Amino acid sequence: MSAIQSGGTASISTERSKGTIAAAVVIGYGVLYGIRTLLGDGNGPFAQIFKTLYTVAVGVGFLVAFFGILYALASQLKEPWRERARVAVFVGPALILLIGGLIVPSVLTARLSLFTGSNTDKWYGLLNYKAMFTQRQNLLTLRNNVWWVILVTGFSTIVGITVARFADRMRGEPIAKALLFLPMAISMVGAGIIWRFVYANNPSKQYGLLNWIWVGLDPILPGKQEPHYWLQDTTFFGIKSDFLPGSNTVFMIIVLIWIQAGFATVIISAAIKGVPDDLVEAARIDGATDRQAFYKIVLPYVKTTVITVVTTITIAVLKVFDIVQAMGLGGAFENNVLANQMYTESFTKQNEGYGSAVAVVLFIAVVPVVWVNARNQKAMREARA
Amino acid sequence: MVNRRQLAVLAAAVSISMLAVACGSDSKSSDTAGTTGGDKPYAGKVVTIFSSIRDVEATRLETAWKPFEDATGIDIQHEGSGAFEADLKVRVDGGNSPDLAFIPQPGLLATLARDGKVTALTDLKADVEANDIGGWVELGTVDGKFYAPPFGANIKSLVWYSPAAFKDKGYAIPTTWQEMLDLSQKIVDDGGVPWCVGAGSDQATGWPLTDWVEDAVLRFAGADVYDKWVSHAIPFNDPAIIDAIDQVGAIVKNDKFVLNGSKSIPSTTFQEAGLPILDGGCYMHRQANFYGNQFPEGTTKGPDGQVNAFYFPTVKADDPKPMLGGGEFITAFNDKPEVAAVAKYLTSAEYANNRLAEGNWMTPNKKADASLVTDPLEKTFQDLLVGSDIFRFDGSDSMPSAVGNGTFWTEMVSWVTGKSTVDAAKAIEDSWPKS
Repeated sequence: MSAIQSGGTASISTERSKGTIAAAVVIGYGVLYGIRTLLGDGNGPFAQIFKTLYTVAVGVGFLVAFFGILYALASQLKEPWRERARVAVFVGPALILLIGGLIVPSVLTARLSLFTGSNTDKWYGLLNYKAMFTQRQNLLTLRNNVWWVILVTGFSTIVGITVARFADRMRGEPIAKALLFLPMAISMVGAGIIWRFVYANNPSKQYGLLNWIWVGLDPILPGKQEPHYWLQDTTFFGIKSDFLPGSNTVFMIIVLIWIQAGFATVIISAAIKGVPDDLVEAARIDGATDRQAFYKIVLPYVKTTVITVVTTITIAVLKVFDIVQAMGLGGAFENNVLANQMYTESFTKQNEGYGSAVAVVLFIAVVPVVWVNARNQKAMREARA
Repeated sequence: MVNRRQLAVLAAAVSISMLAVACGSDSKSSDTAGTTGGDKPYAGKVVTIFSSIRDVEATRLETAWKPFEDATGIDIQHEGSGAFEADLKVRVDGGNSPDLAFIPQPGLLATLARDGKVTALTDLKADVEANDIGGWVELGTVDGKFYAPPFGANIKSLVWYSPAAFKDKGYAIPTTWQEMLDLSQKIVDDGGVPWCVGAGSDQATGWPLTDWVEDAVLRFAGADVYDKWVSHAIPFNDPAIIDAIDQVGAIVKNDKFVLNGSKSIPSTTFQEAGLPILDGGCYMHRQANFYGNQFPEGTTKGPDGQVNAFYFPTVKADDPKPMLGGGEFITAFNDKPEVAAVAKYLTSAEYANNRLAEGNWMTPNKKADASLVTDPLEKTFQDLLVGSDIFRFDGSDSMPSAVGNGTFWTEMVSWVTGKSTVDAAKAIEDSWPKS
């Protein structure tokens, strides 16, 4: 009896608190609306801030109310329809956004890639793709992208593992990792502009750090070290080859490594800290060296994390655009990448057909990486379970 | 802006009434008062003008046509838009055309004219022939029919220099291409560097070199070949074009002629490129009139200042003088007498004079009085513009985007850092969209 009673009280109290919340919300919105009306066309800083917040509040409010009402309606249904309706309420909008924002545009892009002309209305078949894989400039762009993926992913991961190994439990580890992670917080365009100063060659007034170092090395190195236009150099440090990236591309790649290495370090380092101490100790007791313990025990233990880092960085590199926008001098020095080409073809050169073909190729290139990533995530979950 | 305009109206009204009071007995002025007061030919009519001109510039052009509004009774309502091209398209397609628009692209004018949206201002052809420098009749003509007279213009065939440095060294302004080359060599012999060249402009790196080439084509091959080249009636790598590019190469690909050498050109931003003129780092810089704004504040400009501009010389002294640049077309969308009257007025020297007096403007109208321009640098520009014979728009803007915003830029960059003229021109020709 008492149990039923207490249950009843509880439900009454939740009813009451629901009512209080509803009343508070209504009153709150009433007050907001009142202030908004009072402000009218006011244009002062307070009015501006308030109006912005008001718009956000109204938008969020409507969204919550919309889902709340739909959910309440779904709850009125009888099982099994109730559960299904509830799922539909929450999954539905996401599904609509996914279809409208990703799947439909992908299909349209794939269709556009078969056309040409400034209005993208002339049938072109697979000729855009043919051009991409046969014309020299386009092949060089593909080459660059491959090197971007290899070098950025490789070096970022290696730096990440190395720092995670040697900085682990060192004095000043947090500071070292924070410094390494900091570039992550800088936008890629910002990073591009900063590094443009580093690589600058301005004979009237030299301020480029790299040229300063380069010229400073002159007494030590053989030959004559003179200020160099690094971002215009299409040779691989003097070697001219269609397979090797130009030094200009390498110097842009360094910028992205600078950004991504911190990410790799922080993630891998966190995983290493999660390796049980007794495991490593057992290995040491069995006579393993530091080095063996790390490579044979610790690294295999965090394998899935490393794969996550590698795939995430690979996806980021395939999309690289901003750095080349900021430092690429318009792609005139065999230094273009696919994402930048996609943009310039579509929007500056009004060759949307070709731009779409590049987008499709990028999309196809990303798919296996995403697949590996997803399978890896699944393996991680299963390992935990 | 509204307030200022109201003020202007008030000021005009007050001054007219004061005039009337002061000279009440004078028969002449009472006549004037009569026309402004009573029988204005278009009293109550409204003409709308749509353009990309805004803020201070809009106020200036509105101030300049105020007397016309007072005299005729036409209320000219001007609207400037930051997204002019897109907005104009929406309005014209939606049947909500302005009466007049100032269109800055010949391509857009041609498209709208061919779609039958534009009312031809055929009667003004004679005015343009009589008043304006050469080229504008053809530029305003689409498929043999004259549509639009010019409004304002800007110019690109300029070489920036320092009058003080030239005077100091005893250099004379070259009037032929050969004199320009000779002067360049003389400067080298004197231990200086003649040219500053910079083509860096992020994703648009290379465009300043395309301007060089266009200017050379106009000079070495002539305006007819230029038109054929831009419209692709002749291939991009036509021998005449190759020759013109080589003429440019004789300057910009000569390491002795260019400050820091040709290799510096892509990495030198166009904004910074010409600044060494101020401290004798170089002596000449070919760039459009807008470059005057790039010099640091406090720089004196004009024939007696620290920087000035001279006309990019022709091959022979008596060659017709081409002028590369841009400008707006007065385009009519409604066939009404008051619209035609406003268009005619805006084409006249009378309006040009009012507008010149307001500053920061150039007109291709030869009858306009350049002495009304107060700024010495602007006066130089105006004199050079009306002193030229054939006006042409920047050709790369009229070429297909794949070329004009693409390979023309990138190939010029490759060319200036080593690629041969023949190879670069062929690469551009190969990239020209088929059909």
